[in-house]
Amino acid sequence: MQTITACGDFAAINRTLRESTDDSFVIENCLGERFVGAGLSGKKIRINGIPGNALGAYLNGAEIEVFGNAQEAVGDTMNAGSIVIHGRVGDAAGYAMRGGKIFIKGSAGYRTGIHMKAYRDKSPVMVIGGRCGSFLGEYLAGGAIVVLGMHDDGKCVVGNFPCTGMHGGKVFIRGSLEGARFPSGVTVRDATDDDLSEIRSDIAEYCRVFGIDETLVWSERFTVITPNSSNPYKQMYVEN
Amino acid sequence: MKLLEGQIRIPSGCAISAVISTEGERMSGADIVESMRPMHDRSNGLGGGFAGYGIYPEYKDFYALHIFFDNAAVRQECESVLKESFEIVKAEPVPTLKMPEITDEPIIYRYFTAPLASRMRDAQLDEREFVARIVMSVNASMKGAYIVSAGKNMGVFKAVGYPEDVGRFYRLEEYSGYSWIAHGRYPTNTPGWWGGAHPFAILDYSVVHNGEISSYDANRRFIEMYGYKCTLQTDTEVIAYIADYLLRRQKLTLKEFASVVAAPFWSTIERMSEEDKRICTYLRTVYSGLLVTGPFSIVLGFEGGLMALNDRLKLRSMVTAKKGDRVYIASEEAAIRKIAPDAGDVYAPTGGEPVIVKVREGRY
Repeated sequence: MQTITACGDFAAINRTLRESTDDSFVIENCLGERFVGAGLSGKKIRINGIPGNALGAYLNGAEIEVFGNAQEAVGDTMNAGSIVIHGRVGDAAGYAMRGGKIFIKGSAGYRTGIHMKAYRDKSPVMVIGGRCGSFLGEYLAGGAIVVLGMHDDGKCVVGNFPCTGMHGGKVFIRGSLEGARFPSGVTVRDATDDDLSEIRSDIAEYCRVFGIDETLVWSERFTVITPNSSNPYKQMYVEN
Repeated sequence: MKLLEGQIRIPSGCAISAVISTEGERMSGADIVESMRPMHDRSNGLGGGFAGYGIYPEYKDFYALHIFFDNAAVRQECESVLKESFEIVKAEPVPTLKMPEITDEPIIYRYFTAPLASRMRDAQLDEREFVARIVMSVNASMKGAYIVSAGKNMGVFKAVGYPEDVGRFYRLEEYSGYSWIAHGRYPTNTPGWWGGAHPFAILDYSVVHNGEISSYDANRRFIEMYGYKCTLQTDTEVIAYIADYLLRRQKLTLKEFASVVAAPFWSTIERMSEEDKRICTYLRTVYSGLLVTGPFSIVLGFEGGLMALNDRLKLRSMVTAKKGDRVYIASEEAAIRKIAPDAGDVYAPTGGEPVIVKVREGRY
């Protein structure tokens, strides 16, 4: 285990991560350094502090765990591996990811999972413990986004325009959808056992990672949202 | 020839940060400068700036004019024009530090002034309108003179350079204020020059902005009908004038101002309560030319408070946090943690949701 003390220079952090023969790292005092772990395979990174934007961009198999909040574009275009955040994340988490897992203990910002896709044998999964901002799963093309809604600020589990432009993949939302309004291009229905079997092992792992009682998660019903192929997405931005 | 918005494109981000004490405690400018450090890469050295409120308590009843001059002749010319309308109680160079990171500085002066009552009477204008018109007139017609701020007990300090360097250049650690806003620039469409750095200010309103105003020309044409002149070659300038027009002249509340510039979608308005629907429909209809589209996160500074606002689609990042009587706003949480490691209540305002923070009445 190698300790890296962050001092503002993301390139230096990434060089150490890449070039070191160690396969396990702790980054201390992380404060806004971008691109931490970009493109990395086969290593474990624990981060204390606030990593900067595009944490784990293009991640290719490495495991990242953050003991704090993270900023925008966590796991941007990641291909494989895992990112675990013991806090909240900013906007565009999982942007265009096509493989691997992102587990977020708290809530996520706008455009969570925008442009996520599945690719050959890969199918990305993101689990958010709290709620999400507007445009959840915008242009979703593949993979699964699970929103557990275990936040306590009383706000709706999703913001405006959830699943706009969705044309593949599944969004699972636990608990009440009161106040949420979905576009006509998606189908919103109760999750069946078959649907839930797709995410059971991920939920189990999520609960293990964060020390959450799994029975609590399953104590509420899940809704699943899929694209409606008979009424495909047309446009969002121009008519408004 | 100076190129205007739209005539030049420089491929691009920006950084904003702000802090306020709701108890009106005065904070050194050093912290706000520090908060910009973790966001260094959001800027490219072509502009940095700060506005401090409550920084001139000894001259709090006078309009503090911060002015850039291209040369000594224009300074004399400008001073003689100012003297026709103002009593100048103090004139001095703004203290700066010579440093290799900041070059080509203009002549930077500040004037503590009181508008002449007789001239205001002749013009049949109230004090703030009188001052605003003079600022507009100088900026539009006096070549080589730029009034960068003209509020009471506040001032704008901006330059071409990285914000951390600009803060040192202006020796902001020697000032203390109850609120500060900061900007690091990464110009996308327009040249990096001293007047084009943020904040943009008129009277006590100042604005820092991360984004790009797609509706700039529509907004500019609307606001120029009401006597404002966009002269600083950068889109953000128009937001400062919109704030002045809507808040001071139209007497809208801050929340209403937010509903104009970041108007909710019609589909969102449909779902509101009857009362909110009526108000939002009215504001969108009457002030349709002031809807600001394109990505933005802004902080608006004003006497006694701050307001943070994202565009309605929230195409830029912004978080707020609190500790004690301090409220922090920044593009990135790291900026807040730099100066308040244990700040709590981290919150990301939603698109079009104004976060308004005011100093307790009587404390500023």
